[in-house]
Amino acid sequence: MAQKVYESAAAALDGVLSDGMSVAAGGFGLCGIPENLLNAIRDAGIKDMTFYSNNAGVDDFGIGILLQTKQVKKMVSSYVGENAEFMRQYLSGELELEFNPQGTLAERLRAGGAGIPGFYTKTGVGTVIAEGKEHKDFDGETYILERGIKADIGIVKAWKGDAQGNLIYRKTARNFNPLCAMAGKITIAEVEEIVPTGSLDPDLIHTPGIFVQRIVQGQHEKRIEQRTLKVA
Amino acid sequence: MAWDRNQMAERAGKELQDGFYVNLGIGIPTLVSNYIPDGMDVTLQSENGMLGMGPFPTEDELDADIINAGKQTITELDRTSYFSSADSFGMIRGGHINLAILGAMEVAENGDLANWMIPGKLVKGMGGAMDLVAGVERVVVVMDHTSKHGDSKLLKACTLPLTGTGVVDRIITNLGVFDVVDGGLTLIELADGVTEEEVRNSTEAALV
Repeated sequence: MAQKVYESAAAALDGVLSDGMSVAAGGFGLCGIPENLLNAIRDAGIKDMTFYSNNAGVDDFGIGILLQTKQVKKMVSSYVGENAEFMRQYLSGELELEFNPQGTLAERLRAGGAGIPGFYTKTGVGTVIAEGKEHKDFDGETYILERGIKADIGIVKAWKGDAQGNLIYRKTARNFNPLCAMAGKITIAEVEEIVPTGSLDPDLIHTPGIFVQRIVQGQHEKRIEQRTLKVA
Repeated sequence: MAWDRNQMAERAGKELQDGFYVNLGIGIPTLVSNYIPDGMDVTLQSENGMLGMGPFPTEDELDADIINAGKQTITELDRTSYFSSADSFGMIRGGHINLAILGAMEVAENGDLANWMIPGKLVKGMGGAMDLVAGVERVVVVMDHTSKHGDSKLLKACTLPLTGTGVVDRIITNLGVFDVVDGGLTLIELADGVTEEEVRNSTEAALV
């Protein structure tokens, strides 16, 4: 059987990185992002990457660290508002940006991973998002064609995983991770804990191991973006 | 006199109905969660993957893995479920959410909505707003009636890039409540101490 467990994030990425590659990266804001794999990609120094990711991190955390080192050529995202360096690079023309509505991005990743090359959605009809896209009417309503996404690699963060690559996410840290796992031709998962095979309840597995080729246990800072407490 | 932010949110709370699944946008719409009428059972959806959103946490409850769509830390409830972004937007796009209450920059008299971009100035992205207005059955906008410069935000036609066309059903501003109907907007309620003349003087959209 193929060995999926790796000792470090750098080892888990060995041989799968190349300049100009595309990456589907899980996470919403800073919640559920593959921190260790992003650090390892920065250290590997590859360039001109395209990232499919809902957000772009903040200046010094998440995908933001790859913007600092100018390793990203293009972002496909729904919301990038928390990152000043992103805005600077975009407005100066150094960085390409393709906005996708959040649900469209999620479904593009799911579809790509499920072998569906395109789907029709009402989202964005009559807006700039629809420009240049095929329009088609179904039952009296207009829809636009959106394409599925296949990325060279998927990088995801889960709570627990086993040596088979079965993954369980925790609370809202699930978000885009299961979809990026599907969309990656090769998917690398980092988890808080690798548990013995057989200890996860098979009925409660979120991402079956077939979508995960490599898995590594990591330390997670889990930075909070908007620490908001109950008013006493 | 007019409504303040909390009074607008309180008025928006009257849009809720027992048993509703509701998505609240960022800003004033988030405040609506403070004005769910007593005894009414409403479930709040957060599009990052949570149904049954609870209040902000205490220091002890703080959990980096539980955030809302505004990236604020929140808590879960007994009823809470978590799911992927694809399932979340399946709920939204699939018409399973009863009501979305959103903020806006501009609304046109035909129900067009602009709330995501100011070219050259504000380039943050639409997040889930385009999916919400396309998929949710009823869309209520809560916003100030005029801009900081005093210009009407209820327009004949939006000037900013659109979020959706003909998607808004009702608008709650600091001056009153308006429905989108054939031929324009109709005033259905005035804010405390506001006259119809004041509303007309502050509104570019056709009032019918």
